[in-house]
Amino acid sequence: MKRLVAVTACAVLLTACATNTTSSSKTSESAPGTGGTKIGFIFVGPKDDYGYNQAAYEGSQAVAKAYPDLEVLTAENVPEDDNAARVMEGMVRKGAKIIFATSYGHRDPALKVAAANPDVVVLQQGNIVDGPMPPNFGTYFGTVYEPVYLAGIVAGKATRSNKLGYVYAFPISQTLDNINAFQLGAASVNPAAKTYVVNTSNWCDPAKQAEAAKSLLSQGVDVISQHQDCTATVIRATEAAGAYTVGYHADASPLAPKGWLTGSEWDWGPLYTKMIQTVVAGQFTGSPYNANFRVGLKTGDNPFVQSPYGPTVDGATKKLVDDAKARISKDGSPFLGPVVDQAGTVRVPAGTVPDYKTIESIDYFVGGVVGKIPAS
Amino acid sequence: MIFVDVLAGGVRGGTAILYAALGETLAERAGVINLGTEGSMLTGALAAYAVTAGTGDPWAGVLAGACAGALLAAVHAFTVLSRGANQLATGLVVLFLGAGLTSMFGAAYVGRAISPFQPYPIPGLSRIPWAGPILFDHDPLVYASYLLAPALWWLLFRSRWGLVVRSAGERPAVLATYGHSPLLVRYLAVVGGGLLAGIGGAHLSTAYANAWFENMTAGRGFIAVALVIFAAWHPLRAVGGAYLFGAALALSPALQARGYGFNQFALDALPYLVTIAALIVLGRRQTGAAPEDLSRVFQLTPTR
Repeated sequence: MKRLVAVTACAVLLTACATNTTSSSKTSESAPGTGGTKIGFIFVGPKDDYGYNQAAYEGSQAVAKAYPDLEVLTAENVPEDDNAARVMEGMVRKGAKIIFATSYGHRDPALKVAAANPDVVVLQQGNIVDGPMPPNFGTYFGTVYEPVYLAGIVAGKATRSNKLGYVYAFPISQTLDNINAFQLGAASVNPAAKTYVVNTSNWCDPAKQAEAAKSLLSQGVDVISQHQDCTATVIRATEAAGAYTVGYHADASPLAPKGWLTGSEWDWGPLYTKMIQTVVAGQFTGSPYNANFRVGLKTGDNPFVQSPYGPTVDGATKKLVDDAKARISKDGSPFLGPVVDQAGTVRVPAGTVPDYKTIESIDYFVGGVVGKIPAS
Repeated sequence: MIFVDVLAGGVRGGTAILYAALGETLAERAGVINLGTEGSMLTGALAAYAVTAGTGDPWAGVLAGACAGALLAAVHAFTVLSRGANQLATGLVVLFLGAGLTSMFGAAYVGRAISPFQPYPIPGLSRIPWAGPILFDHDPLVYASYLLAPALWWLLFRSRWGLVVRSAGERPAVLATYGHSPLLVRYLAVVGGGLLAGIGGAHLSTAYANAWFENMTAGRGFIAVALVIFAAWHPLRAVGGAYLFGAALALSPALQARGYGFNQFALDALPYLVTIAALIVLGRRQTGAAPEDLSRVFQLTPTR
C-alpha cells in the first residue's frame, strides 16, 4: 500500500519534471542556497508514523512557521534510491534552494543533486560524508544518547530492586549506544544498578514486546525503557505492573500517569531553523553546518531532548540531572572515559572523549548491562 | 522459575492462536480450508481495538472483532461455496484483503490509547504453586478459551449438531439425502470459524499487546491453520499445540531477561521449527484423520 502511494507520487513528480524543461541557472554568482522561494523536505516514510518521520515532518512545519515567506515543500515515502534525486530535482525546479534529505539512505542521491546544482544547499540527516565535503553539502544529526543518559540517572534513582530493563529491537550501534548511556547514567548515581536487556528482532511487534516486558517484570525489574518504533505496548505493560517507565520517541506520559519518569523525544525545529538562518544569510560554505555536523549538549540545539518529568521525580534527582547536563555540556559526552565493557576491558581510556564516528560504530555493552549481544 | 514464566507466557501468547485454530477446526471439519484466517485475525484485532477506543469497553471491542472476523470469512465462504473458486487461492486473496483493509483503516488507530482487558487472577486458584501463575492469572479471554475448547469438542463429537457438521466435511451427498443442506452448514462453519479468529485477533490487540499496529498478527493465523492439521482436526489437541507455540515464543525473552546468551536468531526461528517438526513427525499419521471431503481440496478436485 505504502509502496503504491510512493510509486504514484514519484510518477506524478516525474511527469511534472518532464513537462518543465527550463533548466535552473547553474552559474549564479551568489552564495549557494540564497535567493530561493521554497525549502524542500523529503522523508523516507509517512509523515504520521509516530516516530522518526513524523518528528522530521514536525520540524519542517516549525520551519514553515519560522519562515512564513518561504514555502515548505514536503514529499513522503521517498525511497532511498535515484527516485529521491528526481524528487529533489523537482523541488529545485519549483524554486527550492535548500533541500533537507532526512533519511540515512538519502545521502547518495542528495550528493548527486548537490553536485548538479551548485546554487542549492543540500542537508542530509543522519549519515556521514567520508572525504572532502562539497561546498553546498552538509550532514547533521543529534546525539540521542545524551538525554538517554540523563534518563538513566532518573531511573537509577527511582529503582528499588536495582534492576532496570531495556527492550530493544536489533543490536545496531545506535541501540547499543542508548543502552550503554542508560546504564552509565544509572550507575553514575547508583553503582548497584544493572540494566537487563531483551531484544525483539523487530522494530514493532507488539506481541513480542508484551512478552519481553513481562519477562523483565517477572525478574524484578522495576524501571523499563525501550528502543522500539511503536512504544505503547511496553509502556502499558510496565504501568499495569506498577513499575516505572522511561520513554522514547515521544512524551507518552498519558499512557503511564503514575510510573512515568522521563524520556527522550525529538525536536528538530530549532536546529532546522538555525541551519536555514545560516544558509539564507549566504554564510553556509565554510560554516559548521558545511561538514558532518553533530549536535549535543555542548553545541546546543540537540534535536533529542529530555521529556518532561513524571510526578514521582523529586528535586534532588532533578538536581543530579542538571549537574550531569552541565558536566556533559563541558566535557562533551556521556562516554567520557573510562568506559569499561562487560568483560572488564577498558574501551575508552580515562579522560578521553570518543569522537562521533567511534560512538556511531560501537559494538559492545558496557559493564553493568546484563545480557549478551546476539551473535550474527 | 523460568519454566513457570515460559509456560505462563505460552498460555498468554498462545490464546490468540488457540481461538483461530478452534475456528479453523470448525471450518475444516465442515470441509472448507480457510487460509484467510490470518486476515480474519487482523480485521478482528483492528475492529476490537477501534471499538474499544471508541466505547471504552473491551467487551464491546471483542464483539466487534468477532463480527469483523466473521464478515471477512463470509467473503471466503461466498467465493468458494457459492462461486466455486479454489479454496487455497481464495484464502490467500482474502488474507491480503484483510491485511490491506486493516493497513488502510488502521493508520488512524496507531498510537491511540485504550482501556484494555485487565488480568484477573482467579481467587484461590491463582495461589496454587506453579499451576496458579501458569493457568489462573490471566485476562478473561484466556479463561473463556478454557471453556471454549472442550465446548467445541463436545459440540463436534457428542452432539447431533456436530454430526451434521462432520458429515458436511466427510460425505456431503449423504448429508443431503437426509434433508440437510451441506451448503448452509459449510457457510455457518466458515463464518463461525472467522468469528473465532476475530476473537483471537481481539485478544492480541485488547488483552495481550494492548496496541494496534499494521500486520500485528505476524503470521499467527497461518500457524493456527498448521496447528489444525498438527492437532488432527481435534479441538483439545489444538490447545496443546497453541500453548506449545506460545511457549516457544516466550522462551527467548525469558532467557534474555536472565542474562543468558543464546543464538538469538535460532531462538526467533524456534516456534516455526517446532511447528514444522511436529508436522513432519505427525504428518503422515494425520492425513488419515482428515475429513474426507477436505482431502479433495488438496487433490485439486472441485468441492461439491
